[in-house]
Amino acid sequence: MQCCVCKDREAKVHLTQIVGDKMQKVDLCEECAKAKGVNDPAGFSLADLLLGLGASQEMEQAAGSSDLKCPHCGFTQADFKKAGRLGCSECYVTFADGLESLLKSMHKGTKHLGKAPQSLQQSRDLSDKLKSLQKKLDKAVEDENFEQAAQIRDEIKNTREKLTELTA
Amino acid sequence: MNVHEFLASPADASRREGPHNRIVLSSRVRLARNLKGMPFPGWAKKAERVKALEAIRPAVESLSQMANAFSESMDNLTVLDKNILVERHLISREHAAKSAGSGLVLNRDESLCVMINEEDHLRMQALRPGLQLKQAWNAIDQIDSKLEKKLPYAFTSDLGYLTACPTNLGTGIRVSAMLHLPGLVLAEQINQIIQAVNKLGLAVRGLYGEGTEALGNVFQVSNQMTLGETEADIVERLNKVLAQIIEHEENARQVLLEKKPKAVYNHIGRAYGTLCNAHIISSKETMNQLSLMRMGVDLNLFENLERWLVDELFIITQPAHLQKRFSEKLSAEERDLLRADMLRDRLRNVSRPRVHSNGSGSQQPPEKS
Repeated sequence: MQCCVCKDREAKVHLTQIVGDKMQKVDLCEECAKAKGVNDPAGFSLADLLLGLGASQEMEQAAGSSDLKCPHCGFTQADFKKAGRLGCSECYVTFADGLESLLKSMHKGTKHLGKAPQSLQQSRDLSDKLKSLQKKLDKAVEDENFEQAAQIRDEIKNTREKLTELTA
Repeated sequence: MNVHEFLASPADASRREGPHNRIVLSSRVRLARNLKGMPFPGWAKKAERVKALEAIRPAVESLSQMANAFSESMDNLTVLDKNILVERHLISREHAAKSAGSGLVLNRDESLCVMINEEDHLRMQALRPGLQLKQAWNAIDQIDSKLEKKLPYAFTSDLGYLTACPTNLGTGIRVSAMLHLPGLVLAEQINQIIQAVNKLGLAVRGLYGEGTEALGNVFQVSNQMTLGETEADIVERLNKVLAQIIEHEENARQVLLEKKPKAVYNHIGRAYGTLCNAHIISSKETMNQLSLMRMGVDLNLFENLERWLVDELFIITQPAHLQKRFSEKLSAEERDLLRADMLRDRLRNVSRPRVHSNGSGSQQPPEKS
């Protein structure tokens, strides 16, 4: 059996991992196993390794063509295939189409639910607030409750000002 | 001050106490962060890496948590220095391979360690002895909140913190605990546990071994998914799973003692015999035998052996630590001789493990910690 990284030497290290109902297999020669840190106590993960192998193909298919290149850092699809890592934060925009299905298979969801930098968190909260105020305003106008509508309008103005201050 | 002068002595390091440290050796929470508009370290040119390092290092050093920290560029550390840091679990192997353009900031009590330009611009980790995931998360969360005011992070509200590898995307968090599970290994239940844990979307890594049979029966359990879940939920999930594993390990030890006391005494007695009498011993065999001695301490089979001594020997018998002790360069064969000498010397006053008179093992309840 051939090593699936160098595609040259004979595979001597065979790894299998079952995630959910998917079985993933990797066969490596001793040198590639060492290079990929299979013996590394600090952080070998089959997922990381598989990512560099199967995942890039998945990405390629999804992206349609493989000559995509990040305008910011010059990173290409082929580089991803080789490294299993992206070039810069802008690559997430460049390769967005291909990444989507990859992220779906890898993570619990595709939308970030965790911590955000405080400044962004505040503007996130403010824009949420704006949306709900706008709804309230529409409702008040519909009900011809103009006194309340005027109040909401002022509040919207206030919130919008705060938001521009933050993003300025 | 060089790194050896900075680090706690192995004797002090092994005396750090934490909850459940019969089984949980340590807890760790790591966050991955990157700077906006800068290529990730693996793709950046050397000049770009140096630029990122020059922006990040002073920001990290200026944190109040980093007062009196050890801060160094990786090219100023020798191979031996780096291997010592790996053996103390302070940096990754990957980081140890870095040189100019990468750096390390380690706080005074070694509970916070920031790797600069590892796979991501920032890999910051909080470490705690025993089971303390929440405390570790809180500590690193604070550092992160302070740093975000000084450094422009690559972040989008949809994808969260952007990382070099999509496996870390979103929260960029890796919550992990190092577990000592000799009972489950001896009872041959460890594979079942690993499979069950894998099914829950968590990874189990043998700490020093390939496949599932970890050296020294030490395993690392961590989350694999980082996107689509909050940090608190991930910590909570890990905590639940770890509580279960701890219970299974305690059960396995009790059952072994009840059903196969002779087998248990045999393993621990042989480990004692080997470590106290060997003249040539490899690092691998040492760890495996020390693991059994540690379980013997937990089961109250040693009259005058404390857990910290076993843990200290775990540290100082590793190759780089052993090398550090002796000035001249040692070959593997020479290390095996010196390691055996050291073990015989340090264990010379430990009496033979006792056998519980009722033949069924320790009646002592598990120690509360």
